[in-house]
Amino acid sequence: MANKQKKLLQGNGACVEGAIYAGMTVYAGYPITPSTEIAEGCARELPKLGGRFIQMEDEIASIAAIIGASVTGRKVLTGTSGPGYSLMSELFGYAYMTETPIVVVNVQRGGPSTGLPTKVGQADTMQARWGTHGDYNAIAIAPSTVGECLTETIRAFNLAERFRTPVTVLLDEVMGHMREIIELPEKGDHEVFDRVKPTVPPEEFEAFAMTDNLVSPMPSYGEGYRYNVTGLTHDVKGFSTNRTDETIQKLDKLFNKIEHFTDEIFKSRVELVEDADVVFISYGTVSRAALQAMQIARKAGAKVGSIQLYTIWPFDYEMIKRATKNCHTVVVAEMNMGQICHEIQKVLDPSKKLETVQRYDGEIITPMELLEKLEEVL
Amino acid sequence: MATTEKQKSDVMLKYLRPQKSFPSVWCPGCGNGIVMGAFIRAVDKLGYTNDEVAMVSGIGCTSRMPVYLDFNSLHTAHGRALAFATGVKFAEPKMKVVVITGDGDALAIGGNHFIHACRRNIDITCILINNHTYGMTGGQGSPTTPADALSTTTPYGNVEKHFDPCDLAKSAGATYVARGTVYHYPQLEKIITAALEHKGFSLVEVIANCHTYYGRLNRKGDAPAMLEQFKENSITTGKAKNMEASELEGKFVIGKIHEDAVKSEFCDEYQKLVEVQKGK
Ligand SMILES: Cc1ncc(C[n+]2csc(CCOP(=O)(O)OP(=O)(O)O)c2C)c(N)n1
Ligand code: SF4
Ligand SMILES: [Mg+2]
Repeated sequence: MANKQKKLLQGNGACVEGAIYAGMTVYAGYPITPSTEIAEGCARELPKLGGRFIQMEDEIASIAAIIGASVTGRKVLTGTSGPGYSLMSELFGYAYMTETPIVVVNVQRGGPSTGLPTKVGQADTMQARWGTHGDYNAIAIAPSTVGECLTETIRAFNLAERFRTPVTVLLDEVMGHMREIIELPEKGDHEVFDRVKPTVPPEEFEAFAMTDNLVSPMPSYGEGYRYNVTGLTHDVKGFSTNRTDETIQKLDKLFNKIEHFTDEIFKSRVELVEDADVVFISYGTVSRAALQAMQIARKAGAKVGSIQLYTIWPFDYEMIKRATKNCHTVVVAEMNMGQICHEIQKVLDPSKKLETVQRYDGEIITPMELLEKLEEVL
Repeated sequence: MATTEKQKSDVMLKYLRPQKSFPSVWCPGCGNGIVMGAFIRAVDKLGYTNDEVAMVSGIGCTSRMPVYLDFNSLHTAHGRALAFATGVKFAEPKMKVVVITGDGDALAIGGNHFIHACRRNIDITCILINNHTYGMTGGQGSPTTPADALSTTTPYGNVEKHFDPCDLAKSAGATYVARGTVYHYPQLEKIITAALEHKGFSLVEVIANCHTYYGRLNRKGDAPAMLEQFKENSITTGKAKNMEASELEGKFVIGKIHEDAVKSEFCDEYQKLVEVQKGK
């Protein structure tokens, strides 16, 4: 077998490679540190592939433009960081309500407000779940290596297309800028999912029809279906409604098409929890430190396990219950003042101790810090 | 040969959505209906198929229009229609992309998108229905509410200055700019047709009546009375050329205001770039 092409890439660059692999052809964005290399990479690469890059006037325009491009049948991407992600909030809900697949990469910096533009943070974890107004369900995923930036971006596109919903990829400054040598996948190495198109003739077409998996087939503009896309609560045909039954039906469909398929969306890496006294729970860049701390501790004879979340939302509470069954202490490590730890608290057996390691000073959590915490709790 | 009533209604039926029930959300006599009629006839005259038209709007009374029309309709968020439309057109340049928007939608919350769409000279036709108020939310002041005019948020008279959308579009880089009113129907149909035919960003500002709020609050009477005022207060671009600014105060200058047939269009330019870079 021929050797795969290898490339030294930043996490941000790997996102671009992953998106292109997944079939992204339109990117719209607005520059913001530490995500800008995603825009720059797309500006450079997309024209060569016959794709399209546009720098919009702000992040609201960027998410609007990719939603517009998505309804024409394109796979679309935008990249941003905290302030831009906040600006996108309203239209994130629009993409959700209109069931339009889009992928948004948020390369997190320290916050709130302009915060620490060049420093690392993971403080948008809850924003990725609750950022827009109204009741809704969200998909957000977090890679922890440059290689995973590529493969998880492919997964983000697959999820967006499969579930017809916006998907957030949560990177952070370190992940976005770190360089690693990765193998570039070839065609066929990874599954690429394309949105399901309607098979019925236009006269029989209902744009938001109920289906077994709650996802309606999605035509592209210009294919003869001419359906109505609106952010107003709408019926199966896409026309606005105030009816209570239709409102419930729509909101349940949107919510449950994700909730009922948590098993398919959720992804984690669970290591050595069976005999562990202490289990680390982490995601993104912090998982690198957690895995290393676990290995060092194991070598020293301590019974330590690790749960790394690749999918953050929807959250698999049952998995957390199962994987923490045998330990006496859980250590949740994240670069914020405490966000995912509250989700763990919801399901952790009261007999177990919940400990946290948190940093929100713009620096990463190191394996040493986790080992110190271990000494405290073991 | 004169068009018969029957032929007229056939045109309407061709473009009105069969699945959508009427009446519309609009008040009887609202200027929006007249603009919709003119738009439909312009599209019909140009022979566009329903499939090739994408109609994008924001939020407001005006922005409800696409929902009633049998095109690819994208009813978006307040102010953002042009940004969505930019995505549609850029991704699928063969579509005829039309934005229908209100004065608040286009010039207040969407002002930034408005000037940048003009600047790019992207091939979108923007029909801006200027009723000088926020109709949908009940008659608040807008960026086109004239000085001293009453609205629910300027109960003692408007102390702000207003925008001239046509001037704004022209100086921001739009390459076809025209103004009409809902009184001057034949002209309106013509300028919408010309705007649709124009390659590049085109703006048609339509002075329209919101008698329910703007008209009532400012004692301008019912819909026919307001149309009568549009007739009296309009001056053609030809006549306006020889008039002083002070004479034009409070008047609507109607007709083609600006056209540039030379400036290149955004999607075309990008396509050229793609042809050069492709496969590199
Ligand atoms: C983000 C946001 N802010 C405010 C509103 C409330 N809102 C709906 S329509 C509207 C004004 C519409 O005025 P205009 O664009 O002139 O349209 P008209 O109703 O006059 O046709 C406002 C402020 C909204 N829908 N979204
Ligand atoms: S409120 Fe004004 S703009 Fe809205 S439909 Fe009524 S008349 Fe028209
Ligand atoms: Mg208005």
